[in-house]
Formats: sequence, structure tokens, C-alpha cells
Amino acid sequence: MRNFILDATKRLLLAVPVILTVVTLVSLLIHLVPGDPVRLALGEQISPEEYQRAYRKLNLDKPLWEQSVLYWQGVLRGDLGENLLTGRSVAEQIFSRYPATIELTIASLCVAILIAIPLGVTSATHRRSILDYIASVVALLGISLPNFALGPLLMLIFAVWFSLLPVSGYGSLEHLVLPAITLGAALSAILTRMVRSSVLEELNEDYVRTARAKGLSERRVIYKHVLKNGLIPVVTILGLQFGILLAGAVITETVFNWPGIGRLLVVDGIQNRDIRLVQGCVLAISVTYIFVNMLTDIVYRLLDPRIKLS
Amino acid sequence: MNPLAKIGLAIIALLILIALLAPVFISKEKVTAQDLSKSLQKPTLEHPMGRDENGRDVLARIAYGARISMRVAVIVVLISALIGTIIGSISGYYGGWIDGIISSYLFNVFLSFPGILLAIAMVAFLGPSITNLIIALCIIGWVGFARLMRGQVLKVREYDFVTAARALGGSDWRIVFKHILPNSIQPLIVQASLGMAGAVLSEASLSFLGLGVPEPVPSWGKMLDDGRQHLFNAPHMVIFPGLMIMITVLAFNFLGDGLREWLDPKQRRQS
Repeated sequence: MRNFILDATKRLLLAVPVILTVVTLVSLLIHLVPGDPVRLALGEQISPEEYQRAYRKLNLDKPLWEQSVLYWQGVLRGDLGENLLTGRSVAEQIFSRYPATIELTIASLCVAILIAIPLGVTSATHRRSILDYIASVVALLGISLPNFALGPLLMLIFAVWFSLLPVSGYGSLEHLVLPAITLGAALSAILTRMVRSSVLEELNEDYVRTARAKGLSERRVIYKHVLKNGLIPVVTILGLQFGILLAGAVITETVFNWPGIGRLLVVDGIQNRDIRLVQGCVLAISVTYIFVNMLTDIVYRLLDPRIKLS
Repeated sequence: MNPLAKIGLAIIALLILIALLAPVFISKEKVTAQDLSKSLQKPTLEHPMGRDENGRDVLARIAYGARISMRVAVIVVLISALIGTIIGSISGYYGGWIDGIISSYLFNVFLSFPGILLAIAMVAFLGPSITNLIIALCIIGWVGFARLMRGQVLKVREYDFVTAARALGGSDWRIVFKHILPNSIQPLIVQASLGMAGAVLSEASLSFLGLGVPEPVPSWGKMLDDGRQHLFNAPHMVIFPGLMIMITVLAFNFLGDGLREWLDPKQRRQS
């Protein structure tokens, strides 16, 4: 246990330089704008006073390092700036949209697991059968169909042709189904392959032979014994992929008008040229991603004590 | 090579042909020619993929879209591979503090950051254009190659023939380029194939978000975005570009997977 705490602390410390770099980079993003960021945000028809006010509000009158430091201070206070036109707080907007994104990512994680475990196990136990072959093609299809293509296709089939589910929007469980499948499809494909190879590897172990020898049903051997060990590597992938789900949510939310952080970034931030909002959203998503990865690493070690922090 | 990889290779060859020959068979004017009276026309014999909201021929735009997709993907993979190989080789070959900075700091930062988000943020600030798109995708693409190369160099560096080359007085550059690189090329090719799939996807994603190629140049991702508004009355506008993206990515994934199996005898026996 002491080793575990030491490991976990070490892993936590590893995240520090990453977060430092990410926040600093985000604070300087504004300088990528070719030309004048104030004019980009507010347009050409503004009075010199308005211009000056916005210029100062973005700290552009200060040297580069100070801009970064000021942004940092804001982040630590929970203040990510505000909209130059309306004065709405960026942090408030992000907090109000955050739950919807988490809801969507967790739902798609569930979709992925529900598809991947049975499919992966069947694929492994019926190796080289037609079933295995179909499963691997389906898995590759899932990886290759981007969510912005799958989303509209699912809408077309289930909402337009069969009118089973709402096209888009937020609120009920029915609204969640299509976005969750869209976002979870790629992950379920990756997971299926993971589960398959992991189960295949475990099937060669001695304890499987023992379990079979004492007369357990094949079903029991697989689901009680093999899966328990076989799922350990899957957990890491799950954690790493949760971060990728977050990035994928940006597009899925745009497709389905899902009121999460991704849509906030694309529609309110990028399309309305709200610089501080873009910075805030990028920051929020990245920091969540970093923390989820860190947690997974720690949980992974707790599950399998053989693994040491490299 | 397994049959799926061969299918992948055939599809890729076909796509490259389409991209190269598109201007020969379809005039450039046809891509942008508008006919608002035939807006959203369903597929017909003359226009097998139908027309979009401006009455432009979808087939012509799909064919020209292949040019953009392939061009961006090839350039991104070449530049990323070059940068990644150089940085990865330096890191693996010299080790010590250089490796410390590159592998435990730089790799860590880039890998613990969702790549596509970085690309979205960069292009959002730089402004949408092909060049900015390529820059953003290279910035997120090189890490995969660098990490792979570093691992390869660490492995190959210990082989006897490298020691022999060093004993004979070979310079660092000579050892890396003449001995280590040729022995690391196979996994790099696999990575490049999978990287092509990733680049096609990322280009389409960014174009879909309005952060890719500006009008009137056709891109599959942007065509999908246009089609989204007409899902009810003109589904062909979503179906064709969606299928093209899927087929392309699938082909590169098939090829990458097949190559990996083919080049690695250990895996060949297992599966």
C-alpha cells in the first residue's frame, strides 16, 4: 500500500509539467491570430474607445510573459475571462455546459462496453469462425466511420426514415441514444479488438485448464475466470479512450445540437469569434483529459499490483 | 499479405487514380457550376450522386474532394514522418538529458493532450486554409512517429553490427542513416499507413467544423456539413461523402493492419 501511494504521488507529479505547459500554451493561443485579435472578435466597425477597452481587457497592452501570468492567475482564481461584447463569464458558461458533456461521454462509454465485451468474447472463443471474421470487419468499420458521418447517417435511418428517435436536441433519454451510439461506436470497435486479444491470451493460461478440468461450464470459465483477468488491460485502454471520447464529443455535440462544452467551443466560441471562450473550452477539455488519464493509470496499478510505474 | 490488406491497397490505388485523373475527365468548371433551379436534385443518370443545394454536381465535387483529401494526407504524413524520425532518432541515439527532455517531457505533453482539439484550437486562431490545416495536423502527427523511432533506435542501437560500425569509426550520422534507419523502416511504413487514415479523418473533421479548406474548393468533410441541413429532402448529400471518407479510412486501416501482420512473423503465426 505504501508503494501504491508513492506510485500514485509520482504519477500526480508527472501531470504537473503537462498542465503547466497546456495552460501556458492556451494563454498564448491568442497570438496565433494573423492580424488583430480585437478586430477579429469585434469586427471593423467599433469606436476607438471600444477598441482600447477590449485591447486592455485581453491584456494585449502588457508584455507576453505578463499576459501568460495574468491568465494563470485567472485560472487559479477560477476566472477564465469574459465575452468582449456581452461580458458573460466564460467560467460560468463552461460550468453550465460541463454536465451535458460528461453525461454524453459516460453514456457512450457504456454503449461501447455493452457492445465490445460480448462481441470480443464471442470473437475469441469462436476464433477464425465466420463470426470472428464478421466481428473484426465490424470493428474496423467502427474505427473508420467518423462520428460526423455516422451521426447524420444514424439520424437519417432512425429519425427520418423510421421516426423512432428524435433527430437532435437534449432532455430525455431518447435524445441521448443516437449521440451516445455515434460517439461510442469507434471506442466499441477498439475495445472489441482489445477484449478479443486479451481473452485469447488468457485462454492459454493454466488456471483455465484447471477450471475446465474441475468441470465448470465453458460459460462460467469465460465469464467468471477469464474475463476477470482479461479485462485488466482493457481498463487502461478505457481510461485513455475516455479522453479521446471527450475530444470526439466536440464533433458529436455539434452534429446533434447537444448543449455541452464541445458545442460551446465550436458554435459559441469559434463561430462567434469569442477568443476567451475558445481558450476556456480548450483548457477545460484538456485538463479533464489529463486528469482522467492520470486516474486510469492509478486505478490500473491498483487492479494489477504487478505493474510498476516505469 | 492478408486479403483485406490487398483490398485496401486496391482501393487506395483507385483513390489515387481518381485524385490524379479527376481534372482529365471532369472539368474544373463543373465543380463550381451552380444551377439553382436544380437545387438538391436526387441522383439521376446524368448526375449519379445528385446535386447539392447550389445545384452543383456531387460526383464532380467528390472526385475533386479526393484530391484535397489525398494531398493533405500525403503531405501531413511525409512531414510528420520526417520530423518524427529526426526527433525520435536523436532522442533514442543520444539518450541522456536530450532523451529526458524529449521523451519524458515533450512526448508526455503531446500525448496527454487530445490531438484533434489542439488542431481545432490552432486553426480556429490561425484562420481556415489548407496550409494552416496541414501545419496543425503535422504538429499533432509527428509524436507517433517520434515515439516509434525512438523505440526502434533504442533496440537497433544495441545490435552487434552497430557496435562494429562504431568500432570502425563510423560517424553518428552515418550510423543512424546507414544502419539504424534501414532497420527501422518497416514499422515506420505501418505507422505511415495508419497515419494516412488518421490524417484523412482529421482533415475531414476540421473541414466539417468549417476549419478546413475554404470555399469553393470541395472537401468531403465540408460536403457532409452542407448535407446535414438537408438530411430530410436530400440524403444523398450526406451519404456519398460519408461513404467516401469511410472507404478511404477503412482502406488505409486495412493496409496498415495487414502490413503490420505481414512484416511481423510473430503476429502472423498467432492470428
